[in-house]
Amino acid sequence: MRKIFDFHGGIHPPENKQQSLGEPIRDAGIPAQLVVPLSQHIGAPSSPIVAVGDRVLKGQVIAEAAGFVSVPQHAPSSGTVAAIEERPIPHPSGFHALCIVIDCDGRDEWLPHRGLENYEGESPSDLLEHIREAGIAGMGGAGFPSAVKLKEKPGASIDTLIINGTECEPYITADDALMREHAAEIVAGAEILRHIVGPKNTLIGVEDNKPEGIAALQAAAEGTGIEIVVFPTKYPSGGEKQLIEILTGRQVPSGGLPADVGVVCQNVGTAVAVYDAIVHGRPLISRITTITGEAVSRPGNYRVLLGSPMQHLLDLAGFDPARNQRLVMGGPMMGFTLTDSAVPVVKTTNCLLAPSAEELPAPPPAQACIRCGLCAEACPASLLPQQLFWFARGKEYDKLEEHNLFDCIECGACSWACPSHIPLVQYYRASKADILQQRRDHEKSEQSRIRFEARQERLAREEAEKEAKRLARKKAAELRAQQQAAESGDDSGAEVDPIQAAIERAKAKKAAQQQAAGGESEQDKLEKAVASTRKRLDTASAKLEQARAEGSDLIDALQSGVDKTRAKLEAAEKALAEHLASQDNPPPASEPAVAKPRSAAEIAIAKAKAARAAEADLSPQEKARKQLDSLRQRLDKSEQRLAQSREAGEDEKIVEALAATVQRLKEKISALESEAEKVESP
Amino acid sequence: MALLRVTSPHAHGPASTQKVMQQVLLATVPGVIALIHFFGFGVLVNIAWAALLALAFESLALKLRGRELGFYLKDCSALVTAVLLGVALPPYSPWWLIAVGMASAILLAKHLYGGLGYNPFNPAMVGYVVLLISFPVQMTTWEAPRGVGEVPGLLDALRACFTPASFDGTTAATPLDVLKQNNSLLLENLWAAEPVFGRWAGIGWEWANIAFLAGGLWLLYRRIFTWHAPLAFLAVLALMAALFYDGGSSASGGSPLFHLLSGATMFGAFFIVTDPVTSAVSVRGRLVYGALAGLLVYLIRVWGNYPDAVAFAVLIMNFAAPFIDHYTQPRTYGHRKPAKRREES
Ligand code: SF4
Ligand code: SF4
Repeated sequence: MRKIFDFHGGIHPPENKQQSLGEPIRDAGIPAQLVVPLSQHIGAPSSPIVAVGDRVLKGQVIAEAAGFVSVPQHAPSSGTVAAIEERPIPHPSGFHALCIVIDCDGRDEWLPHRGLENYEGESPSDLLEHIREAGIAGMGGAGFPSAVKLKEKPGASIDTLIINGTECEPYITADDALMREHAAEIVAGAEILRHIVGPKNTLIGVEDNKPEGIAALQAAAEGTGIEIVVFPTKYPSGGEKQLIEILTGRQVPSGGLPADVGVVCQNVGTAVAVYDAIVHGRPLISRITTITGEAVSRPGNYRVLLGSPMQHLLDLAGFDPARNQRLVMGGPMMGFTLTDSAVPVVKTTNCLLAPSAEELPAPPPAQACIRCGLCAEACPASLLPQQLFWFARGKEYDKLEEHNLFDCIECGACSWACPSHIPLVQYYRASKADILQQRRDHEKSEQSRIRFEARQERLAREEAEKEAKRLARKKAAELRAQQQAAESGDDSGAEVDPIQAAIERAKAKKAAQQQAAGGESEQDKLEKAVASTRKRLDTASAKLEQARAEGSDLIDALQSGVDKTRAKLEAAEKALAEHLASQDNPPPASEPAVAKPRSAAEIAIAKAKAARAAEADLSPQEKARKQLDSLRQRLDKSEQRLAQSREAGEDEKIVEALAATVQRLKEKISALESEAEKVESP
Repeated sequence: MALLRVTSPHAHGPASTQKVMQQVLLATVPGVIALIHFFGFGVLVNIAWAALLALAFESLALKLRGRELGFYLKDCSALVTAVLLGVALPPYSPWWLIAVGMASAILLAKHLYGGLGYNPFNPAMVGYVVLLISFPVQMTTWEAPRGVGEVPGLLDALRACFTPASFDGTTAATPLDVLKQNNSLLLENLWAAEPVFGRWAGIGWEWANIAFLAGGLWLLYRRIFTWHAPLAFLAVLALMAALFYDGGSSASGGSPLFHLLSGATMFGAFFIVTDPVTSAVSVRGRLVYGALAGLLVYLIRVWGNYPDAVAFAVLIMNFAAPFIDHYTQPRTYGHRKPAKRREES
């Protein structure tokens, strides 16, 4: 028997799991329409590669991963792409986001696919690529791209692979059902993961309230060396950090990753998805979702195509809207409410909870905190929730950070336990958002200061360089003149000049090309800006119209939005016109250079060619500077992206990942800068 | 379909502040019955009158502060304060004494600081100490317990409380008093000479303490509070008593058992030291808080000016609670050191 550790705190809310375990997993069938959000994971949204009207087959890639922390999306069934547009997606803030809408043809026709015959012969990195291409993102809740999580971290040696079958949230039984009915696939998936990670121990952790699932797993794992570890039921033992502590006694350092203590964690659902991807070549297009709560008459677990509207599931489960007062995606402790039953099932939808009003009554008004400490007793992170509450109310952000607010996992145990019904977690969420906002503002001003200074410095340096070069040229010319004077009549001297001149000419030409290419893209950009602004104006106007028709009270806001967009459009058009005017009489040198390239690809190729050609002529310093410039551009872009995602309130992990990118770029830049300085001032 | 938009968690545990307070009230019943048995209905009159006043003062304060009466009265915290003060006061106290005490407790100690949860000092103990300092004679005159003197009936008790004429029951020094005054007799002889002593401590007192212990254990079982503060309190008190017992000489401070079962020891341990609002918050903090309170009780009982010391000890510790909190923050998951020490190193 493996030694099991306890974690601090925890609660024992009523489990309410039996309701959805009465029947085996049922198939939810093919809805008329599937709505596949481009962002079902943490990281950059995927970019669509199909167009409206395209016929797609089940399993066909319809959107590609955009960057490292991203995954592709696949068509969950065959049909026709009906739209690529913003739709409401399941998100705590009720966001709309870009989705690919597929009208299903009901034929469910697969794209031909094949698994790997012998995955053990494949290298871990190839397998990871397969996992990534199958669109697999953590199915336990957060939805972090699995391939990223499994990728070896330099300097971290993983000795324990944990498959999380804990499912500690009340009501949810999706993983339980999976363990009962698909234990063999879980174990097979775990073996593949083990092959990739190469740990000493592979553990599947399950709470002791799932005896059937445990028995099935134990039978399936017989002889594989994979251990099924059973531990007492306590919420939130399924939290990654808590599970790691239970199974290994180690705590993930604050702000760190499981890999820092030699652990990688994956959910049982993810293990099955990995198995499907590697052995059968099937991408992640469906999942098990629990539908439960007193407002449905046939609760249970369903195998659901991703993108199925929640309403489809509710209909299947016999939903009674009269009894319902809220819809929760996830469990009662950490799930969030949906404001629209049309939102689709996504990779992280483990449960759809439709409780009746009596079942989960609206929270009673909060009373005063009596400092009873029940919250601190319940907190799995060993925080002092009552103190945090006190500071949060007083907006004492320093104190909050000092008391480790950011180690709060928002599990809700404190709120659950609080006899005064204080919505503690709500305070922490709000405070975290405020603090992040503050940091961001500070960072922004700091960054613009740094950028400004760097720019000033760069300009000065460039000026100095130019001056130096001019001097050098002058000197060289003088020298040459002297030489010529000295060796007048000598042929060799005369021969140098034409070559030199030819080189000069070539250089000039290349420079001109470059400029032309640049000019082209400038125009392109402006045109694009005009087009997109026009589009925005159109949608805004349409919305306004609709609001007017409905007599909504948003009219004013929308009107001002429309006005603003119109102003922007005018500005963009003006900029374009000005640019075109300046292009009408371009510098003569650029004429012969490039025939006007038509497609974006041609432009890009031309640009790249020109850039490479130009680079070949550059001195090491110039090259370095060039590199620096491009890095700076990338930095700007990443910063913008970061700011956007922060504004959009995207998941913390994305923001963190982006922030890390920005940080890395900054480091690179400063390294390059210091190197460049060394070169320049010997 | 209008869907409710609320943030997680959506489920809530069964606990409620009202229930907590009600259980505390319930847990005082054995102790109160024991007190009534030994000291007569004066105890009950104390409590009833205090409760009436508590509701009145609480309503007044809420009204003045513009709060909703029904919602705040429901938390029962004023009643708890009333019962605690009613138990702590000598039985057969005049009505005005109780009124002054309750006014100090509810208006001064509680609402002046912002109401339940914001009061740094235990309201009942503030009321008690205000009275002890202002009216030392009334506050130190205790009725002789059943078995030592006659116990008055309900009518006498009411008369004692509400008629201006002072009450002339049999009074007797409390065992703690007697021990304090003693400077010549060995404890053994003192025990034989003074009728107030019973088997382990004072007659009546020992059983009242045991009854409060029972109520406290029930609260522990109900998980209304944790064992840390009361156990530390009792353990340190007993330890100090054992250290300074010196075999029962005339200078002895009394045996550990005597201290555990005398005066307000058990009442204090389970109903005062455990007051969550005014004590330390973390587990370690509560250990420290309870231990220091136990130490102070012994010091004041044996070397101080007052025979019993729970109220003073607790108020002093109320002062210290924020500091204790500051230095006893728990170590957060994933951190190597508690927040405070991390910052200092
Ligand atoms: S559980 Fe609620 S009332 Fe008790 S200390 Fe925590 S926040 Fe205060
Ligand atoms: S929500 Fe945060 S503070 Fe509350 S119990 Fe969970 S980790 Fe602790």
